[in-house]
Amino acid sequence: MRIVVLTKPVPDPASGGERLGPDGRLDRSNSPAVVNGNDEYVLEKALKLVEAAGEGEVVLLSMAPANAPETMRKALAMGATRGVLITDPAIEGSCTVATTRILAAALKMLDFDLALAGVDTSDGGAGVVAPGVAALAGLPFLSYAASIEPDMPGRTVRVRRITPAGYDLLEAPMPALISGTQALGEPRYPSLKGIMAARSKTIETLTLTDLGIDPATVGLSGATTRVVDSRPPKPREATRIIRDSPDEAARQLVDFLAERRLI
Amino acid sequence: MPEVTTHDRAPSPFRLTEAQKMLRDAVRVLADERIAPRAAEIDRTAEFPEDLRRLLADHDILALPFPEEHGGLGGELLTVCLAIEQLSRACATTGLILAVQELGSLPITLAGTPEQQARWFPRLASGEHLIAFALTEAEAGSDVAAARTRATRDQNDYVIDGAKRFISHGSIADLLTVFAVTDPEAPRHRRLSAFVVELPTEGFRVTRLEHKMGIRGSPTAELAFAGVRVPEANRLGEEGDGFDIAMRTLDHSRPGIAAQAVGIAQGALEVATQYARDRKQFGQRIGEFQMIGAMLADMDAATEAARQLLYKACVEIDAGAPDASRWSAMCKLVAGDTAMRVTTDAVQVLGGYGYIDEFPVERMMRDAKITQLYEGTQQIQRLVIARALLGKPD
Repeated sequence: MRIVVLTKPVPDPASGGERLGPDGRLDRSNSPAVVNGNDEYVLEKALKLVEAAGEGEVVLLSMAPANAPETMRKALAMGATRGVLITDPAIEGSCTVATTRILAAALKMLDFDLALAGVDTSDGGAGVVAPGVAALAGLPFLSYAASIEPDMPGRTVRVRRITPAGYDLLEAPMPALISGTQALGEPRYPSLKGIMAARSKTIETLTLTDLGIDPATVGLSGATTRVVDSRPPKPREATRIIRDSPDEAARQLVDFLAERRLI
Repeated sequence: MPEVTTHDRAPSPFRLTEAQKMLRDAVRVLADERIAPRAAEIDRTAEFPEDLRRLLADHDILALPFPEEHGGLGGELLTVCLAIEQLSRACATTGLILAVQELGSLPITLAGTPEQQARWFPRLASGEHLIAFALTEAEAGSDVAAARTRATRDQNDYVIDGAKRFISHGSIADLLTVFAVTDPEAPRHRRLSAFVVELPTEGFRVTRLEHKMGIRGSPTAELAFAGVRVPEANRLGEEGDGFDIAMRTLDHSRPGIAAQAVGIAQGALEVATQYARDRKQFGQRIGEFQMIGAMLADMDAATEAARQLLYKACVEIDAGAPDASRWSAMCKLVAGDTAMRVTTDAVQVLGGYGYIDEFPVERMMRDAKITQLYEGTQQIQRLVIARALLGKPD
């Protein structure tokens, strides 16, 4: 079983160093890069599927600055077989459309049964790249997976999709692209054996030329969207806690809501 | 015009690789969660932490120094030292489990045949076997060549008679690398040979366990050899190579002790820093008093300086630097003295609380002292460095 996992290096949300640059875009220099949290969950699932199949490989696919191999090593230490990194100075500032085109072009160059992606990323958070890649690469797209059950002889995959009301059970032919949720299960810690083995795993680098994409159509200049303004959210106001007898507390609560025309 | 090279593209040894950082952090998490909570009890009971030996084995930490073809992880010296440092930050006794496993195996790494390595490494890498390094004798400490334990040839065997003292893990080891005189008539540095003794074996006895100031969970044993028979196949290198093997072993193993020292210093610095944040006197946190702040700053700077010298020494020694002995001696000299000073200052920062066992810094101070003594006293390190500077005496 061959699985490609789309992994994105993102600024470490735990570092507290996330900030916006003067152009309103995320300043990535201020915090160390880590593998996007949701991507680690789908990677864990990919590793489990290949382990259960007893054969195959898990290939990481990332589009990132040239220093991304450092971040990819952690995913390799968890057990991924090898990495493919799309890196090109012209990519910087790409919008989600360009990102989608680039990843779809790279995915078409790879052989796989399943492609997995985290349901969204902790930096951009748009959540549209995975479905876009599936559309451009001509793959069935199964979203919000809480479970993934491939049937290799039947060449189909079943996914339980989380919905507001419960689950949908989806089935699609392979190869397919699936966006997965944290319900897939906790990612493992890399073992020392995994860490040491990751040192000699290969990360292949692809440029826009390798993908046959015109640099002018991507990056900041080719972007279909522009950041007009961005600002951090206002800190939440202090919570008001009503401590009184039940009747009195209820009265105050109703007044509070009524004042704001919420009831 | 000649071509001008503007960039030296050699990999920088001044930054850790991503794998080294991951490994360091993985060991740190394990040490914080599983080892630190045991450290005080290990010190109090002076019992070898068998559970932590298994923990290190289960997490492949003991496999780090061994080659991959024998079940190891093929960690270079710096990687092994990163692990020893993180273990020792929580518990110096536990850090020593890995350091001694490496020390005892180095003679086999440096002088063993592929057959000998294949025979002993797999069970050392898995942690099933522990190995100890039996060089020191009661009357042969700094003066290694004064050893009197004899190995007498008897057809295809050697028969070992004598005694070794201050042998870390000597009472719990499954294998020993023993240095014994094979030719008392030879020049001083050609008298010794190195052997691997597989235990238990007839004629071998543990005659004493030392009561120590620090690293109290690590057993330090006196060993007696009375007609212990080992086959020729267990000799490492040629007859007379023993002194050279021992010296080359120490060149590679002293960084492990430096790593233990840096770890102890770091552990003490962290406790002192936390205490300076929490403790209030005269209505303010004591860390805000300049005298305390300056002490913490000096402790941090000294620990980092020792750490960087250690990392650099590891890279130089692994690269086969001709002055490996100098790097090795310098890093242990600086790190050992730093650990002693930083832990002493940590006790000072904590005041009376530093002197009692409610906080770990008094243990760390006692543990630090050994790093100035074993694998060559600080005086021997200075001797090695001075000789590298001045050349050997005529």
